[in-house]
Formats: sequence, structure tokens, C-alpha cells
Amino acid sequence: MTLDIASISKSYEGTPVLRDVSLTIADGEFVALLGPSGSGKTTLLNVISGLVTPDDGRLLLDGADITATPAGERRFGMVFQSYALFRHMTVAQNIAFGLRVRTGRDRPSRARRDARVEELLALIEMESFGDRYPAQLSGGQQQRVAMARALAIDPRLLLLDEPFSALDAQVRQSLRGSVRELQQRVGIASILVTHDQAEAFAVADRVVLMRDGRIEQVGTASDLKERPTTDFVRDFIAF
Amino acid sequence: MTRRILIGLAILFAALVIVLPVAAIVSRAFADGAGAWWAAVSEAETLQAVRLTVITALIVLPLNIVFGLCAAWAIARFRFPGRRALLILIEIPFAVSPIIAGLCFLLVYGAYGPIGGALQPWGVQLMFNLTGIVLVSLFVTCPFVVREVLPVLSVTGEDEEKAALTLGASGWQIFRFVTFPNITWAMVYGAILATARAIGEFGAVAVVSGAIRGQTMTLPLQIELLYNDYNTTGAFAAATLLTALALVTLVLRGLIAAIHPARGATP
Repeated sequence: MTLDIASISKSYEGTPVLRDVSLTIADGEFVALLGPSGSGKTTLLNVISGLVTPDDGRLLLDGADITATPAGERRFGMVFQSYALFRHMTVAQNIAFGLRVRTGRDRPSRARRDARVEELLALIEMESFGDRYPAQLSGGQQQRVAMARALAIDPRLLLLDEPFSALDAQVRQSLRGSVRELQQRVGIASILVTHDQAEAFAVADRVVLMRDGRIEQVGTASDLKERPTTDFVRDFIAF
Repeated sequence: MTRRILIGLAILFAALVIVLPVAAIVSRAFADGAGAWWAAVSEAETLQAVRLTVITALIVLPLNIVFGLCAAWAIARFRFPGRRALLILIEIPFAVSPIIAGLCFLLVYGAYGPIGGALQPWGVQLMFNLTGIVLVSLFVTCPFVVREVLPVLSVTGEDEEKAALTLGASGWQIFRFVTFPNITWAMVYGAILATARAIGEFGAVAVVSGAIRGQTMTLPLQIELLYNDYNTTGAFAAATLLTALALVTLVLRGLIAAIHPARGATP
């Protein structure tokens, strides 16, 4: 799956938040959108997910225009900053949700849904937690459940909105590694939004540094560190 | 010492203002014996009043829930012109005296009002019947569900709804599986308060019911009528019924308050 972001622009009440943003994400690639708050990175992620409609520009998935495709039909897995787990459902019910709400022929049988949940619980190493409720889990566990729920629908793209920001430093470190490992095992293109450069450099193949709704520089960690193209990139990385 | 005085004052106040009057209703109702109470309660006009009151509550309740959920959802989730105005409008029934509400309805929906007058040629009469009673009951009770549901909806669930959306859920599925379970208790709580109010409403209903004996008398109206007829036993016997209905809603309310907080922590 290749995602082409072509000249996306978005304004809120006359204030531009995204200005002519273009970017290509290759199959299986892990890209981090990095930037200070207000740089437009979360808006860009929401445009990709379909939760926000751009004013201008197009989104192409393997060449097919998905700009007008509703969020629910894009089949992009999204992990929210707050995890947004369904509080009145068990872990297993949370993970199965995306399969349960399908209709007609697309809806897997109960047995197949259960099997998929088991598989994902094993993937996040939480086999015995299926019957727990979100309130009974630690922050790190909730984050992993949110990840499993997003992966349950066999997403074509994984979108992560500051998934570690609510965790303490130690858990954050270990989860970074496991998210990267999970992503590689599933082999899915992923986009991570973060304001933490150490996090971006630790997990992403490429880092997209944003500022004021524009892309400042795209490159690997060493590109940005050793060959910054603008003063802003140099200052941001040095800081 | 201060503590004792405070507790003593609270108990004294509750006894004088709440317990004594309620006890007086019961004692007066049974003053002529249980047989007299039963005779008064099973009197045709009183039974009719009970029936009308219950029917009104049963019609008002679902309408209230639907309106309350829609309004709360719209106000919590969308930014639209007139949103603030809607928020204030919903509070009006709390601020306006019920008797004024009744008069307003009479002005608009009565035979000489713009809407009532327009419907008159078709033989549709909105006032002095069940329709009128339902309309004013809706007016006085419409804030309850919104006011209970709105705060819950505002602090919970927007991210959950977005997550459900990205997982492919339809609008109805999001409401049914994600939003509704979060607000069920608030909704039930609001509905109970609204029902209690609908059952007990006097002023607004008094204006629009027309007080036709044996036809458009709700229980509170019937109680006043009996009392004015110097039928004290009848009035107080009917009052015990109304009090019993109110107590049922109070007990339900207490039960829900007892169940609800336990739910979030250890489901």
C-alpha cells in the first residue's frame, strides 16, 4: 500500500493549518510526523484518517483517489492519544468491535471473531486479559489494547496519534520498541504523530518535520541531524 | 456541641417541613378508617384521574427521552448557529411559572390562537383535552433529560465515537454501541425526574385541562377539586395515591444512584 498525499490544504476559520502538504508513504514504511504544537501534524493525520476533510488537495491510495471516502470505509487503523477504548466493553469486545459492526457478507462469524481476538491478544502479549475492562488496565496495557483494536480490522494503514504521551518515561521507552516490532511483524505502513524527536528517531524509517502547516524537511534521523536544510530544522533538532 | 446543634436543626427542619406533612396526608386519609379510604380511592372520578395522569406520563416519557437525547447530542457534538440560544431555551420551562406556561399554550394552541384557530375548521381541538395536558406536560418536563445527559455527553465519549467511526461503525451503530451505554444512567435518571414532575404538575395543567369532571382531571387537579368540595377524606385519599407514585420514582432514583457509581470502577 502506497499513500500519496498531494497538495493538501486546510484552514480553520480563515487560519491555515495545512498549506500545500505533499508526501508519499511507501509500503511497509514507518513515518513520523514531528513538529511543535500547532505545526499541523495532528490535522494532517486526521485528514489521512478521514476525520477531517481537506479544503484542497488529494489523497491517493495505490493510485485510487480516497479523498472523498468516508473514514469508516478507508480501513485505516487509528490509535488515539487518549486510546479512546470503549469503557463499558471488555478488552476482547473492544478488539472485536471493528469486526462486529460489519454487515452482511463481510461480517465474520462469532467463532472467527473470537479466533481473531485470541490472535491479537497473543500478539500484544495480553492473552489472559480478554475479560478485563479498560479501567482495570495500566496505561501501557490500554495502549496495547488500542493497538490491537486498530489492527483487528486488517488495516491498510496504521495511524498513531501521540500514542505514548500519556505514559511515564520508562513505559514509553519499552513500548516504543514493541510498537516498532509489532509494526514490522504485521508489515503495515504506519504514520506516527509526535512532538518528541527522540521518539520519532527511535521508531520511524523517515521523519517528516513540520512547521506552520508546511513540511520543513523529510529524511532519516541522520539526514535531519547531519544535513538540516533550514535553520529551523537545525534549531529544532539541536533543541 | 456545634455538631449536635446542626444535626438537631436539620432533623427538626426535616420533621417539620417534610415528614410531618407527609404523615398528615396519610393519617388524615385514614382518619375515617381503611374502608372509607378504599371507598374514596376506588371512586370512579378518582380512578379516572389516576388513569389520565398515568396515560399522560406514559406519553410524555418517550417523547421527552427522544427530544432530550437529540438535543443533548446536538449541543454536545456540533457547533451550529443558535446552539447557545437552544441551551438557554431549554432552561425556560424551569424559569417560567407553570401557570404562565399554561396560559401561553392557551394563547397559541387555543381555539382563538394562531395554531389552534387554524386547526379549528378541521375539527381539531388541542386544548381542554388529553392533547393539551400532554403538550403542557412536555413543556414543563422537557429540560430534565437534556440537563442530565448533556454534562455526561460533554465529558465522555467524543474520542470513543471517533474511534468507532474509524473502525467502520455506522452512525446508528456508534450511537447504539458506544454513545448510548455511556449515557444510559443519566438518561434514566432524567426520565424519572421528568416523570415525577409530569405526574405532580398542577398549575400548567390546571389552565389547559378545562377541569371537566370525570374527563380531563389529572390526579393533582382532582385532589384540589375534592378538597374544595369539602370532601377531605376523598382529597387526602387521592393524595396518598399521588404520594405513593412520587415515592416510587424516589425509590427508583435511589436505586439508580446506588448502582451507578459502582459501575465505572468495577464493571
